[in-house]
Amino acid sequence: MTIVDDPAAPIAIPAAPDQATVARRERLRLLLRSPTFVLGLVLVGIWILCALFGTLLAPQNPQFPDVLNKLAPPSADHLFGSDRLGRDVLSRVIVGARSVLVIAPLATLLGTVVGTTIGLICGYYRGLVDEVTMRLVDAVLAIPVIITALLAVVALGPSRRTLVLVIGFLFAPIIAKTVRAAVLGEAQLEYVQAARLRNERSPYVMFAEILPNVMGPVVVEFTVRLGYAIFAVATLSFLGFGADPSIPDWGHDISENYVFINGGAWWPVLFPALAIATLIVGINLIADAIAQTFER
Amino acid sequence: MNDPAIELEDLEVVYRVRGADRRVLRGITLTIGRGESYGLVGESGCGKTTAAFSLMRSLPRNGRVIGGSIRVNGEDMLDMSQSEVRKLRSTTLSMVYQDPASALNPSIRVGDQVTEVFELMGQSGGAAQEHAHGILEKVQISDPTRVMRRYPHQLSGGMQQRVVIAMALAKDPTLLILDEPTTGLDATVEAEVLELIAALRQEFGTSVLFISHNLAVIAKMCERVGVLYAGRLVEEGAATEVFKDPRHPYTVGLLRCIPRGGVRKDETPLDTIPGFLPPLGADLHGCVFAPRCGLVREICRQEEPPLYPLGDGRTSRCHFHQEAHLVPRTSPDQLVAPRQGNGKPILTVEDANKTYKQEGQEIQALRDISFAIRPGEVLGLVGESGSGKTTLARMLLGLTAPDKGSRLDLEGKPLAPHVQKRTGDQVKALQVIFQNPDSALNRRFTVRRIIGRALSKLRGLHGSERDARTRELASSVRFDESLLAVRPTQLSGGLKQRVAIARAFAGDPRIVLCDEPTSALDVSVQAAILNLLAELQSREGVTYLFISHDLGVVRYISDRIAVLYLGRLMELGDAETVFKPPHHPYTEALLSAVPTIEGAERPRIRLEGEIPSAAEPPSGCVFHTRCPRKIGAICEQEEPPLKEVESGHFMRCHIPIDELRVLQATPPGARAREPVSE
Repeated sequence: MTIVDDPAAPIAIPAAPDQATVARRERLRLLLRSPTFVLGLVLVGIWILCALFGTLLAPQNPQFPDVLNKLAPPSADHLFGSDRLGRDVLSRVIVGARSVLVIAPLATLLGTVVGTTIGLICGYYRGLVDEVTMRLVDAVLAIPVIITALLAVVALGPSRRTLVLVIGFLFAPIIAKTVRAAVLGEAQLEYVQAARLRNERSPYVMFAEILPNVMGPVVVEFTVRLGYAIFAVATLSFLGFGADPSIPDWGHDISENYVFINGGAWWPVLFPALAIATLIVGINLIADAIAQTFER
Repeated sequence: MNDPAIELEDLEVVYRVRGADRRVLRGITLTIGRGESYGLVGESGCGKTTAAFSLMRSLPRNGRVIGGSIRVNGEDMLDMSQSEVRKLRSTTLSMVYQDPASALNPSIRVGDQVTEVFELMGQSGGAAQEHAHGILEKVQISDPTRVMRRYPHQLSGGMQQRVVIAMALAKDPTLLILDEPTTGLDATVEAEVLELIAALRQEFGTSVLFISHNLAVIAKMCERVGVLYAGRLVEEGAATEVFKDPRHPYTVGLLRCIPRGGVRKDETPLDTIPGFLPPLGADLHGCVFAPRCGLVREICRQEEPPLYPLGDGRTSRCHFHQEAHLVPRTSPDQLVAPRQGNGKPILTVEDANKTYKQEGQEIQALRDISFAIRPGEVLGLVGESGSGKTTLARMLLGLTAPDKGSRLDLEGKPLAPHVQKRTGDQVKALQVIFQNPDSALNRRFTVRRIIGRALSKLRGLHGSERDARTRELASSVRFDESLLAVRPTQLSGGLKQRVAIARAFAGDPRIVLCDEPTSALDVSVQAAILNLLAELQSREGVTYLFISHDLGVVRYISDRIAVLYLGRLMELGDAETVFKPPHHPYTEALLSAVPTIEGAERPRIRLEGEIPSAAEPPSGCVFHTRCPRKIGAICEQEEPPLKEVESGHFMRCHIPIDELRVLQATPPGARAREPVSE
């Protein structure tokens, strides 16, 4: 990248061997200088800390029902107030980060791996395989993710594993489409033909030659999808199809308490909702910044 | 010259790259007179385009003029406000870029785009449209009304460039900047566009700044020429004088790099310029060219040479300008032994056809191709775009299957249509060097991995054996071993192409297809690569099928030449036979279209119209629609066979060879040609 991006670059720079990593370092430097990325990193970082050390950070036991102080407004005792059973909202928000931050990344990872593989195969082979797969992909994309996810969770029974599998497989088609588009462009290049002229096997050409060159779009797609995955996990648990009702979970907490908004108790809903929002915004900021550096 | 149109004085331009200002133009001073055509030459990265952009005040965002002045019609452009600059750009300055396809808006009809230029000048719709029609007529578009209704993609490259030129000339500019305007065009189309520009310049009296890496084009188009090196104007003067008697070692080197005047690999190796262009913004002491100069002395490293006036408006920035022509040759004097192909053919192609089906239409990309290559020879393949050169190469490689009934034989054994079906030995035997080394090498792999993979896959080498062979291969293509750990993006074009060559030779191939291996490279790099290819060929005894649109290059390296037109083989014979009359009328036209540095050897033969579409090839002889020597109805009705007209010389033409011999003593256009402007 160092040579390509300025218009009057000389064609011949005798290169030093250690320049091989310059491009990557340059990208990292650009990222760290981007305010978007740094803000996103701070937001997401906070929630990752909560997910890792939630029980240590939480001021109170998130499960302990302070029966005398049900639905208490924010105060010195309960900074974010308490919920309908008298549990500390702040502690539940902190500990609740873990549930979503385990399921969503795993699901996105699964979706990315499956989607990238499908995209590579379709973009490389083209022809009938591509036609059929892409029509199937279009069909899946035509149905709202949440509805399909809901049906699948109902059919398989709610559990963490089900959530990961269901969200992962539902995201795979979208990722497949993006990756396929990138692979179509890459597969035209002569280095792919050169590989075929050495009689390389197709899996080698796809995964060893082409894949490293489409990692940019894959990484961007992963971060973007991660935001949607968090949204999906929160929605499902709000609808009562979360992993395990006994574990603090933002979506689940909102659904348990939203009926009390009418009565003026906004805190047990607002704070988990804010948590979801800041996490998704943070991830989208990171995704934006990464996409920008790859576009350069 | 009393009232110059453009004056650049001590122009200094920097680009800000990673927080540091890098100098790109180092004190450029040049003047373009009214109606004068000024050529700017130099290799890529020398600052040619930057000079043009500064003139338009449209430098990229990280570029900045830090010193000097630009005066247009006597007014200082750097003092102007944005709106004044915009006004200047819409009335006085015009620029034509290299790629016409990206200069036109793909979703607006051509007519509307040209009309808009006139509307911007304050004309009403009707008048603007009329003027648009008029200007398109001026650029010799035969049916402007029809063309105006089309979208850019429906026009050929040459037509698109005419439209762009029409738009540039619409405002009757003082200065027209042409940045490599014909680089992407075919030879015959290029010749037409160049003639058009010359004629229009006469008519409009426009000053022209012509930027090109092609010295022959500059020689043909320009009165004066400036040679740019590392952001410095190193030599300037009348074009004919500079090219005949260069007074700067860089100009001397550039001129020696080009295969011209019919030189061949077994006569003289091409000269090259050693070393590299200094990196962007390098801190240079003394003469900018000193590190690469064969005449360098102590003073050159210490003192920046001034512009020495040499009389007649010529200047040279060399302390030893009077001995510039004495620059020692850098290429080895040893000659490549002439190797005529002998023995049984290594590769035979018989009745090869390739038909593409596109939206129900059949497109014949190749039609009845038959030829044989003998071991150790170089068969040059020439033809304009769309002639089927690349299809033929892909077919031989097994990337595109030929139609049924085609026969490809390698050493007497049939070659399967797909590479996956070929035997391991056949796969090894046929390798390729692609045109564009940027896309031919995986940019995520190190050079070591690129070459090593080919070695393990084709030769079954592993471990230390493979490492040793990788180093051997690298040194045989003069690729520095220390760069094996580098990725291709960090290498220059020439070095990348060396890696691609090393990869092609990894499996000890018997035939290497070279698909325009030097057309993406600068002339000095091209010379080095051509020398390398010639050397490898004579050392390893491989056979080349060498595809190129550059006739000088093909003539230099080939033993025999095949000329393709619309997927048909028009002529085939020894290089010298094909290049000297009598030859096929199409070959004749192709040769006459190529400008030479020495000036016109032969009058140009104009080809009428565009290359016909392969979907609807003309009846009879496919060349009859454009052939200047058409003899009559037989050409329209009957396709001539490819027949052996002399020993080893095949031609597809109805005119008997003896008649061609007489005819081609006088060019056909000579009598019918009318003056370009009245």
